[in-house]
Amino acid sequence: MKTGEAHIVVEDLTMAYGDFVIQRDLDFTVNHGDVFIIMGGSGCGKSTLLKIMIGLKSPAKGEVYFDGKPFWSSSIKEQEAMKRKFGTLFQSGALWSSMTLSENIGLALTQYTSLSDAEIREVAAYKLMLVGLAGFEDYYPNEISGGMKKRAGLARAMALDPEILFFDEPSAGLDPISAKLLDDLILELRDSLGTTVVVVTHELASIFAIANNSVFLDTDARTQLATGDPKELRDHNSNPVVRNFLHRGKVEVQVA
Amino acid sequence: MSITTLTYDDKGGGDLGITFAGDWLLGQDLPSVDSIVDRLKQSPRPERLVFITDELSNWNTGFIKAVIKIIHAASSQGIVVDETGLPEGARRLVALAFAVKEREGARRGHDEKGLLDQVGEATLRTYEEQRNLLRFTGELMLSLSRYLRGKATYLRSDLVLYFQEAGAEALPIVSLISFLIGMIFAFVGVKQLSLFGAGIYTADLVAVAMVREMAAIMTAIIMAGRTGAAYAAQIGTMKVNEEVDALSTLGVNPIDFLVTPRIIALVVMMPLLTMYSSLMGILGGTLVGLMMLDVSLVQYTQQTISAVEMNSLLGGLFKSLVYGSLVALAGCQQGMACGSSAMAVGQSTTRAVVLGIVLIVVSAAILTVIYINLGI
Repeated sequence: MKTGEAHIVVEDLTMAYGDFVIQRDLDFTVNHGDVFIIMGGSGCGKSTLLKIMIGLKSPAKGEVYFDGKPFWSSSIKEQEAMKRKFGTLFQSGALWSSMTLSENIGLALTQYTSLSDAEIREVAAYKLMLVGLAGFEDYYPNEISGGMKKRAGLARAMALDPEILFFDEPSAGLDPISAKLLDDLILELRDSLGTTVVVVTHELASIFAIANNSVFLDTDARTQLATGDPKELRDHNSNPVVRNFLHRGKVEVQVA
Repeated sequence: MSITTLTYDDKGGGDLGITFAGDWLLGQDLPSVDSIVDRLKQSPRPERLVFITDELSNWNTGFIKAVIKIIHAASSQGIVVDETGLPEGARRLVALAFAVKEREGARRGHDEKGLLDQVGEATLRTYEEQRNLLRFTGELMLSLSRYLRGKATYLRSDLVLYFQEAGAEALPIVSLISFLIGMIFAFVGVKQLSLFGAGIYTADLVAVAMVREMAAIMTAIIMAGRTGAAYAAQIGTMKVNEEVDALSTLGVNPIDFLVTPRIIALVVMMPLLTMYSSLMGILGGTLVGLMMLDVSLVQYTQQTISAVEMNSLLGGLFKSLVYGSLVALAGCQQGMACGSSAMAVGQSTTRAVVLGIVLIVVSAAILTVIYINLGI
């Protein structure tokens, strides 16, 4: 376990669509075993930042380091090897609709390991057990509910025992209980596997429940306003925008 | 690195100790747990399982998978499992895996269906599909009557867009195919008719074939692949995104809003495209005729004009109307019948094209018989 050491370092990152700069000068560090939140208002570029971190979109400037190794200046082959250590849960699960849950989870295993079909099925069954979907191996994604799709997506993200799990809005569209269960699951996985977790969200309840580190992106300033433990930021940060966000807008009401 | 091993030994007092050693990583050659599962079934049956993992170094899913398999086997034999010997993280994962009990009736058996069952189901499915097509046609007629009474909700700009998509944007492909078909007919005609010294009748052959049959049928098949497929995909995707439901909740009839304008556009554009296709075909034929026969442009044109009768032209255009409505109907019906996944969109698109072409060919055969009987 390397808990506490720097795992992901984002350095001097600028992201843009064409000429339109979304965020600039992003600098933050995610440590091993962190539950790290990328937060900010709608449209500030949270999901774009996630896309850059998981290697789907290249940054306009800057670099992302994983365990000290630069991602974007590495060769395609090295990038592929690094990507294999990530697991990503997309916003609505993004399960492949033509495959059963078991096949969804098994695809990465068929690709990257030499396990037999029976063994892959066993692994898939175990991953589904972990997320509370025991017995659903042969279901197709359109036969299960939204919350189950998310959990199945998480099972797929964990197929290769990733070192880093990325979540895009995990609790969006879930009822409070399911959202809480998913939060608990995230913490449990972090604790038992030592996985580093990066979460894009703006659900305050979820942020305070799971996070120990974060970065706050602002739409107007187009850069990060703060980084650190969200509870600290809520109580002690000097920037009113950050405190306002973490207090659900109540700070400004008091000022006025 | 120590060697990966899995051993068991009786600890006395009914305890069975299971010892894991070495690296237990997924994708490695891991020892099988079958011997332990077999041992659990033999007498003297152990009362309790104890895990010993002092020698265990690295582990991941490969290890947990083995542990879970052993626990499953033990609990089916009624043997108590003591998990305290497992590493801290592994114990929590095992607890997590068993935290949610398997939902009653969730698991699916692999029941094989017999031939009779399969035939029966396929028959019922076909019957159901025919009924759906019929019901859809009925709804379409109701919608058309709303259009005629001016009570339908639709966007005029949408209708114009559909006209453009089904009309002007189809011109390049229709030109290419029709021109080449005309040329092919002319080649065949020149070769065969010249044997009788009747090469000039190539003009008749091309003109009559294009105007009566080929222009309508080729255009229809192009439009089935082009516009019918697009209709199915567009409406199917809207169905998947629940956009169709959103229309219904607003009190807008999805058939009025999505289907009827598309069908009107294609039905109006088909005769125009067909006429254009006839022209392109005849031009293609003319080119070949002038190159291979010893005739002038005036002669060839005269021959063409005298060959085409008004009845042939009208008959061809009527056919194109029928084909156009069938292609549009197939596309929209398959789109509205689309399931709720990305794959379903692909399936309904495929079905729209297949159904469209089948309907075209079947109706072509029926219409030809009717025309012959009417003497057209």
